[in-house]
Amino acid sequence: MKLRSFSLHLYGESSEFWSARFGAIPVEPPFKMHYTSQVSPELNQLPGAQPARKDLAQAPETALEKSESDLVAAAKAGNNEAFDELVNRYEKKIYRLALRLTGNTEDAEDVLQETFLKAFEHLPDFRQDSRFYTWLVRIAVNEGLMKLRKRRSDKSEPLEDAVDDEGQVMPREFRDWKPNPEQQMSQEEMEQILLNAAQSLPASLRAVFFLRDVEELSTEETAEMLNLTTGAVKARLFRARLQLREELSKVFKESKP
Amino acid sequence: MTCKEAFQEISKYLDGELAEDFKHILEEHLCKCAHCKVVFDTTHKVIELYCDGKLFPMPDLVRTRLHEALRRKYREKAL
Ligand SMILES: [Zn+2]
Repeated sequence: MKLRSFSLHLYGESSEFWSARFGAIPVEPPFKMHYTSQVSPELNQLPGAQPARKDLAQAPETALEKSESDLVAAAKAGNNEAFDELVNRYEKKIYRLALRLTGNTEDAEDVLQETFLKAFEHLPDFRQDSRFYTWLVRIAVNEGLMKLRKRRSDKSEPLEDAVDDEGQVMPREFRDWKPNPEQQMSQEEMEQILLNAAQSLPASLRAVFFLRDVEELSTEETAEMLNLTTGAVKARLFRARLQLREELSKVFKESKP
Repeated sequence: MTCKEAFQEISKYLDGELAEDFKHILEEHLCKCAHCKVVFDTTHKVIELYCDGKLFPMPDLVRTRLHEALRRKYREKAL
């Protein structure tokens, strides 16, 4: 039990926090190994852990990072168990990204499978100059956008024509939201509301929003991944946030102005 | 600072891309202007809601099927 709370501290706080508090305690290799094997993407679901955007993307260069490159190297050398470990680490995050992007569980599962199968297939091409997770996100976003493009032919997707990077956008709704809307409804209701709002955005706005604000990729990484200029990424992020705010205001606004 | 200007800066503020002096001007405006404060707070809330790591859990069956598909892939490769 003690180890568990230790690793939570390690994860939620900066390494400075850790060394300031526990710096005097020598970290024995067995402990370190235990800690390494405990760090998984599930951590952001534990009570008290930081929200998603604070997790892996911002983790400092620690044992976690090192062991990731070891796992990738082992997987590249043909060790399927090492690849399984990488899948275990990131499957939940990739599933969430796929679901938010495509808006339905069936497509999300397809995207999830395609992402890891393709990653396995193309592992020899992965150069370890970027994070493995960023590489997975790239594959997942491509797969997701492909699904959406197919869907557009049956008119269930908003058109891209509405995206004008130069146009002025202004908020229309100025009523404040009820406090903590997430506590006033079930998790399923909240998920459906968020998916519906995201689906009202053209796919390219949606992708920019999830890559920048949820996956916390940089403007440059997002631009490169979506084949946009950095200016277009910024403009679209702005529009995406605005449009989501307007959509969600319809549900969350206080009844009185 | 007008509301229109403030509104354009809110997104940059959230990205930490605003220079210190601009930050203060915007913060001052947000203190005085209820409309812009609402836009700021609710935009922030949008991001927070979508980042909630408890939402959109992967069902166990989805995980099982993913790992089955991987097993098949591993066997294919071994042949
Ligand atoms: Zn204002």
